[in-house]
Amino acid sequence: MADKLSAVELEKIGAHIAVHQGIPGGLLPLLHAIQDDIGYVPEASYLPISKALALSVAEVHGFVTFYHHFRTRPVGDHVLQVCRAESCQAMGSEKLEADIKAKLGIDYHETTTDGKVTLLPVYCLGNCASSPAVMMDCDVYGRVDMVKITELVGE
Amino acid sequence: MVKVFIPRDSTALSLGADSTVKAIQTEAEKRGVELTIIRNGSRGLFWIEPLVEVETSKGRVAYAPVKPKDVDSLFDADFINGGDHILSLGLTEEIPYLKNQQRLTFARAGITDPVSLEDYITHDGYKGLKNALAMTQEDIVKTVTDSGLRGRGGAAFPTGIKWNTVLGAVGEQKYIVCNADEGDSGTYSDRMVMEDDPYVLIEGMTIAGLAVGATQGYIYLRSEYPHALHILNEAIVKANAHGYLGDDICGSGQSFQMEVRRAAGAYVCGEETSLLESLEGKRGLVRFKPPLPAIEGLFGKPTIVNNVISLATIPIILDKGAQYYADYGMGRSRGTLPIQLAGNIKQGGLVELAFGVTLRELLYDYGGGSASGRPIRAVQVGGPLGAYLPESQFDTPVDYESFQKLWAVLGHGGIVAFDDTVDMAKMARYAFEFCSIESCGKCTPCRIGATRGVEVMDKITSGTEHTKNIQVLRDLSSTMLNGSLCALGGMTPYPVISALNHFGEDFGLGVNEKEGVA
Repeated sequence: MADKLSAVELEKIGAHIAVHQGIPGGLLPLLHAIQDDIGYVPEASYLPISKALALSVAEVHGFVTFYHHFRTRPVGDHVLQVCRAESCQAMGSEKLEADIKAKLGIDYHETTTDGKVTLLPVYCLGNCASSPAVMMDCDVYGRVDMVKITELVGE
Repeated sequence: MVKVFIPRDSTALSLGADSTVKAIQTEAEKRGVELTIIRNGSRGLFWIEPLVEVETSKGRVAYAPVKPKDVDSLFDADFINGGDHILSLGLTEEIPYLKNQQRLTFARAGITDPVSLEDYITHDGYKGLKNALAMTQEDIVKTVTDSGLRGRGGAAFPTGIKWNTVLGAVGEQKYIVCNADEGDSGTYSDRMVMEDDPYVLIEGMTIAGLAVGATQGYIYLRSEYPHALHILNEAIVKANAHGYLGDDICGSGQSFQMEVRRAAGAYVCGEETSLLESLEGKRGLVRFKPPLPAIEGLFGKPTIVNNVISLATIPIILDKGAQYYADYGMGRSRGTLPIQLAGNIKQGGLVELAFGVTLRELLYDYGGGSASGRPIRAVQVGGPLGAYLPESQFDTPVDYESFQKLWAVLGHGGIVAFDDTVDMAKMARYAFEFCSIESCGKCTPCRIGATRGVEVMDKITSGTEHTKNIQVLRDLSSTMLNGSLCALGGMTPYPVISALNHFGEDFGLGVNEKEGVA
């Protein structure tokens, strides 16, 4: 069973639903609004969303889990996305990935024990002339090495 | 006051453009020098970003790459008056990489402040729209058809023919959908349009709306492009405020509204019908065709779905005429292609040229060879679903038909270079892995085939029943190629089989075994 929402979360989600429920194809922007606001899309939000948009809970669940961008659990203070696509592979991203995982002590889709960094794979950041690339929250970095990573995530 | 230009493009930012801006501001204050910093778009010379330009009486002078540590000496060298410095590249327009290009779609990129409507208009912006407003719908569509423009997203379908179908379709509501879900590795030209010259896309979509009678446009933008989102939204607000969007476009009484919708990280949503499902608020499952989106598209209404580059090329065609554009290019590939050099390449960046330039010219004359200094062994053209080409094919001209003859694709014009340390069997395995991660799951060849493909590749590289599994790999690829619903499953065999055919030694094949059945 999904975790219960706090009163604040419930209010925030309700407000986003109110804004988006009349928009054609509003489910996509609605979920973005919720995740931008509280960091993830709680499973407990599926029921109020489904009621407002005349969908089943299964349809909302199916939608959320189809898209890599949406997550149903909270993330760390920062999200580090490492590009795994061909252009970055041509510039040694495989080793970079392994080094980052070793440094943080976590695999993809995990968060460091201190709750600081969540590590995610990404398939192209459009920064392919400066591979390998990573994105920390909303900032993209090019020609990344472990010196840069240490600068970004700390020691 | 002296104008100093420092790009706000994502790649420039990823290489420290903001720190350069801060350092120049701080040093200018310290020295009591007055200057205006303009955050322009990027010229696309990404290997030397951050590229700083200074306006002088002779033109803009370039300094690059400028890091904060260089700023002190730049001021000492009087760079604000174009003074000589070790980082000076002379006049920007004279840099061969840029000078030798044929920039039509990217005519303004790097020159203007991307969100300044005034800059856009000063540099020939909205001339195409003015012409379109004085033309009949049929004439606009005919101009696009006559230009020879083909879909730049990858499928290369003639844009004018698609528009004509939507024009002829009956519907009280029609839509223009811009496919900005640029997910192919090695491509960034869509991102550059949106970040470096967003009004050209807005103008192109507006013209498309006028041409077919659509009043609503959506840009489906990948979520990995946060800077593009902000810049587009800022530009749309300004275009609305100045009557270039809204209920009365330039006083014509015609209406066109636009909205950016963020995608959510599904590669398959770059496929047009999957994209439409996503925009409608559903899982991005690929639709059966027919019906074509031009007849029954978004919310079941006639819809133009075009790539960013296709739409951003419309304004110059309407401004200068179909023939002007068609005069560039070769064979049935008319006009220019914004080519993106990526991967292991010394001088990565945007190279817009008429069709007909060869891969070798791009890789060596522009790209300067590999970044590692080792020989370039393979290139993948056209994203993760594009074929790998060996050195023996580098003299192929960039032209849709020439690539087709080699069982390769141009796709969205991205070229990813690999040096001789690449393991092509690993790249083939990755192609299947990527397909298995991104498959929408609707059709069996793609959903199951991708996973089986990874397993077969593991057996081949570990030497398990080698001969048998090479045959299984070919059979599986044939099934995916012929049986998949869309290009994701249908084209994953391109990188796999091209790697096998051209680099069989990486798959454990001897010289005599390389020529198998394609």
